[in-house]
Parts: sequence; structure tokens; C-alpha cells
Amino acid sequence: MKISSTPDHVHTDGFLARLMRDQLKLSIACALFFVTALVALPLLNYFQPEYMAQRVAGFTLSWLILGVLFFPFVWIISYIFIKRSIALEEAEAAAAKDSLKK
Amino acid sequence: MTPLLATITDIDPWIATCSLITVAITVGMGFWSAGKSKSAGDFFVAGRSVSVGWNASAISGEYLSAASFMGVAGMVMLNGYDALWYPVCYACGYLFLLLFIAGPLRRFGAYTIPDFAEGRYDSPVFRKIAVCFVLFIGFFYTMPQMKGAGTTLAYIFPGLPYWVGVAVVGAVITLNVSLGGMKGITLVQAFQYWLKVFAITLPIFILASIVGQYQEHLDANKTAFESAAANSAQVERKALPEKAPKDEQWIAPFGSLTTKAVDTAIKKAKTPEEKAALEANKRPYSLLYTYSLIIALVCGTAGLPHILVRFYTNPDGVAAKRTTMWVMILIGVFYVFPPVYGVIGRSLTPELYNAVGAKGTDKVVLELPTLLAGKNHPLLGSILSGITCAGAFAAFMSTFSGLLVSMSSALAHDIYGRMLKPNSSPEQRLKAFKWAAVIIGVVSVGLGTQVEKLNINYLVGQAFAIAAASYFPLLFMSVWWRGMTMRGAATGMLVGGLLALSSIFLTTLSDVYAVQTLADFWVEHPLARILCEQPAIWAVPLSITLMIVVSKATARTIPSDVRMKMLVLHAPEALGLKQEYIKEHEGVGH
Repeated sequence: MKISSTPDHVHTDGFLARLMRDQLKLSIACALFFVTALVALPLLNYFQPEYMAQRVAGFTLSWLILGVLFFPFVWIISYIFIKRSIALEEAEAAAAKDSLKK
Repeated sequence: MTPLLATITDIDPWIATCSLITVAITVGMGFWSAGKSKSAGDFFVAGRSVSVGWNASAISGEYLSAASFMGVAGMVMLNGYDALWYPVCYACGYLFLLLFIAGPLRRFGAYTIPDFAEGRYDSPVFRKIAVCFVLFIGFFYTMPQMKGAGTTLAYIFPGLPYWVGVAVVGAVITLNVSLGGMKGITLVQAFQYWLKVFAITLPIFILASIVGQYQEHLDANKTAFESAAANSAQVERKALPEKAPKDEQWIAPFGSLTTKAVDTAIKKAKTPEEKAALEANKRPYSLLYTYSLIIALVCGTAGLPHILVRFYTNPDGVAAKRTTMWVMILIGVFYVFPPVYGVIGRSLTPELYNAVGAKGTDKVVLELPTLLAGKNHPLLGSILSGITCAGAFAAFMSTFSGLLVSMSSALAHDIYGRMLKPNSSPEQRLKAFKWAAVIIGVVSVGLGTQVEKLNINYLVGQAFAIAAASYFPLLFMSVWWRGMTMRGAATGMLVGGLLALSSIFLTTLSDVYAVQTLADFWVEHPLARILCEQPAIWAVPLSITLMIVVSKATARTIPSDVRMKMLVLHAPEALGLKQEYIKEHEGVGH
């Protein structure tokens, strides 16, 4: 969806502030899931060593989480982020197109 | 000449053939695509037209280095659980890149990171600083690739001196890069990604089906909460030598990697009270080490110049984001496997614990498949070993070619084209790129011959720590904070990066060059040793704080058109604001 010219309101401080805030909100929300996991796993290992050492299909629980499950977890976050962020961009472009028509 | 003759008969024909084929394909593809790379744009950013699939494969191919292919397996075998953080953060660090940096950076439309540094702050001085860091981080990252090359060639041709491998691989890649530039290596790196995945997965699947699965070998290592006697006979396991870490330390978090500094101090402690005090600190310190390592790897991934430069080869910001997601999937799939080699290697090739570095656990990936020869599959063992050798070749060749392109770009585009001769023609810049590739190639080979003793993964970890304390804060803050000034950005990046670099250098001094006074100091102050070895936990916040404080103090110098710059970084391309910072017509050299 390309539009021919840029609407005027794009060049206001308010527009930029809102655009950046929306994007940053999404990024931080996704980052929080990731950072929580990164902070929590060493803490669990530290305070609950016996629980984390229990066997799950031969792996220790801690090994299974870090060595195997962590990868799909991050893929899910990135998939959600990309879907949302592309939707955000399309909404932006659609709004700009509308304001040109007016 | 006798030692050389003796070595030739020792060479396994399968291993030699697979390695030679990999090199031949790499050179061949380099020549083939060299015919297609003509303009400066092709050389620096592959004409900005690389599709998501190709680019994701190429970035993954470039990223999975010798450290990933050989180092991670060796590190897991040596240190157990703690070393798992390396593959996980290498792969997951891309999330930060995706969330905060990839899209905006592509929209800005520069050729190199120094371009971005200059364009965002209208400051040629800042470009110079940024160039220095590209070279710093690049060389730090190059050394382990060179070491991988030397090690692997010495393994394939027993008796061949270490430096020969370094020189041969350096020459091959330098030729490739100077022929085809970025466009030339994109294809080669994409091919090398798939070769590496094939080379790491196939041998381990076959091996595991014969000698026992991942989880069965892991199960053979008993935790501190299990009795060692219970069900131990599931898989074959050889006796561990003296030097190997004990099971309960190896499989549990906070093992030898993170407690080394305190353990050394405990050994030297004179009084029982001193010993007890150190013992009490051991676990908290190892938690600190773990967090610092995580910060270095996650933030460092988002700040590696040779990876970032690849995002400029995407057509637009959305493609840059899609590429990042695919990269995470491609490298995530890969990183599940190197630890499997480490775990099975601990059971079946424990003799590797007796040697250090290249002759020790670092070669477990190459060594493990040969075990099949002893299990009535001599041919299969040789073929699989040949395949892993080919993968190792692909690993250090593709990463080194990426590094060479980014460093040559820094020299040819930033230093020659922007600073020394701003009016140079595209042909001259192209020529400069080729010369730069040769110069950097020679320097890299020289440096590579000096690092035989160091652990591959350790060296790469250091490059990440420096990138985390310099480029990551720069990019993150420049993209998201309108109030940044050039002085703030430069101060934060320089102080954070240089302090991280020098503290790492201090640990290298005592480890490699055996500076005794320093080693004694570490014994007295294990916490200082940990903070120097893993500086990210203080260097990253320090760098960001400095950026904020200095920017506030110099708020007058915020670029006057900051709103427009931020708009270009953040507004969707559909709004029609995108301007390539480096215009295509400048670069096209037909």
C-alpha cells in the first residue's frame, strides 16, 4: 500500500511521539516475556536447585527448559511481534491515506 | 621432509575429500557470483535486493561460526549446564535485535553502521569513532575463526603446523571477498548454512541411534540429589579422567565455568576462615557471572556490526523484520544440536578432557563420529567425520567472509570513500574495497597465528561483551530517544566499549601471557576477576547512563532536524518518507 504524498499531520511532533510510543509499547511488551524468562531461570536454579534437577524424560528440568524449550518460546514471541508490528504499520498507512482523501 | 610424508599416509581420504569439496564449492561459487557483482552497491549491500529466504539463510550462515560449530559442543562437554547459555543466548539475542533495532535501522538506509552514526547526528567525527569499533570488534571476532581454521586443518592433516591452516583459509576467503563483495558471499553463505545444518544433524542422528540418545547420555550423569549407583547401565560410558568435572557439578547450574575464580582463590587460601568466607561467596558470585554472561550475549548479538550490516541488504523494514524471525528459527534449530555432541562426548570420548583447547574438548564434534569405526562401522565413521569436517570448514569460512566484508566496507566506504577521498569515483571505491579486503585478510591471518592457546568460544564471548557495551547502547538509544546528542552517544560508546575491552584484556594478560602479579591479584579478589572477565553487567548500564547524562548536559546540540530523522526511522515505508541515506545512484558504478 504505497501512497503518493505524505499528509501534513505526519510532520507534527504529536504524530511522531504517538508513533514511537505505540511501537515502543509493543516492543517492550514482547521484551518483557523474554526478559522475565531470562531473569527467572537462573533465580529458580539458585533457590530451587532440587526442583530444577528433577528428571523429565532423562533431562533435568533445568536442562530441558534451557537446552530445548527456550528456542520455540522465543519463536512464538517473535511471531506475535511481527504480526502485530506489521498490523500497526498497515493501520498507520491506512490512516494516512484516509486523511489525504479528506 | 619425513614428517610430511608420514602425515600423508595418516590422512583419512573421506575427511580430506569432504573438506576439499567444501573449499572447492566455496571458491567456485565465489567466482561464479563475482561475474554478477559489478556496482559498488552490489559490493557493499548486494544491491539492496536480497529476498527474505536468501538473506535469512545467509545471515544464519554467517552467524554460525567456528565457535558455534565446534566451540559450543566443546564448551558444553567441558563445563556442562552453564555453557548452555551460549547457544541459547546466541540464538535468542536476535529477539532484542528484532524488537528494537532491525526495522528502524533498515529504514534509515545507510550502507554501514558508521553511516548511521554520522547520519543520525550529522557528525563526521562520530563516523571515525564508529569505524574504529567496527574494526575492533571485527578483529576480536576474526581471531577465533582463524583458530578454528588452524585447528581443523591440523586435525585433518596430522602434523601440519597450526599456522598453515590459518594462512590457507585466510587466502581462500580473501580471494572470494575481493572478487564478489557482499553479493558474492550472500549466495555462498546461504549455501554454507544448509551445509552446516546437514553436517551437525546427520552424524548425530546416526550416532545417537547406535550409541544411545541425548537424554539417555544425560541421564547417565547423576545430579547431587540422585544416588550414583541407581540405574547407571542404560548407555555405554567410559571412565572420566581426573581432570573432568564431577557429574553433579557438570549437570547442575553454577558449575566450573562460573565458579572458577572463587575455586582458584579457595585453593590458595591460607586459613580455614578465609576458605569458609570464600565458600560462602561462591554461589552468589556464580549467579552474578551467569547474569553478566547473559547480558553480554543477548545485547552483544544486537550490536555485532557484521550482522547488522546485513540488514541493509533487505529491500525494506518489514522484510528486515521477517528476515530476523527466520534467522531465529534457522539458528535455533541448529543450536539444539552442538550440546548433544558435548553430552555424548562426555560419555564416550572422556580422554579429550586431558588436553587443552584445540587438542581437547574443542574437537569433540570432529572426533565423535570416528568412534563408529570401533563399532564395526569403519566406513560410516569416516564418512560422517568427513561431513562434520566439511561443516567446520563452512563455519569458519562463512563467518570470516562476513567479517571481511564488513571490515573492508569500513575501510573502503567509511575511511577511503567518506574521509580520505570524498570525491572518489565508484570505480575507485570498488578498487579500494578489493585492496581493503586484502589488507584486512593479511592482518587477520597474522592475528590468527597468535591465538592458538585460547578457547574459541571464550574469544567470541569477549567480542560479544565489547559489542554489548558499545554498539548495542548506541543503536538502542539512537533509535528510541530523541534527546540523544552526538557527544552523549560518543561518550557512552567509547567509555563503555573501551572499559569492557581493557578489563577483558587484563584477564587475557594473566591467562595467556602469564603475568604473575595479576594472577595473584585475582586470587585475592575473585569478584574483581569475575567482573573483568564478564564486564557486561556493569559496562552496559554504565554506557547507557553516560549517554543519558552527557546528552542532557549537551541538550543544545540535539540535531535540529531530529524529528525528521526519527520519522524516517519509525514511520512505515508506505508513508513515503523513506530516503536511502546513501543514494543508489551514487553507488552504481557501471
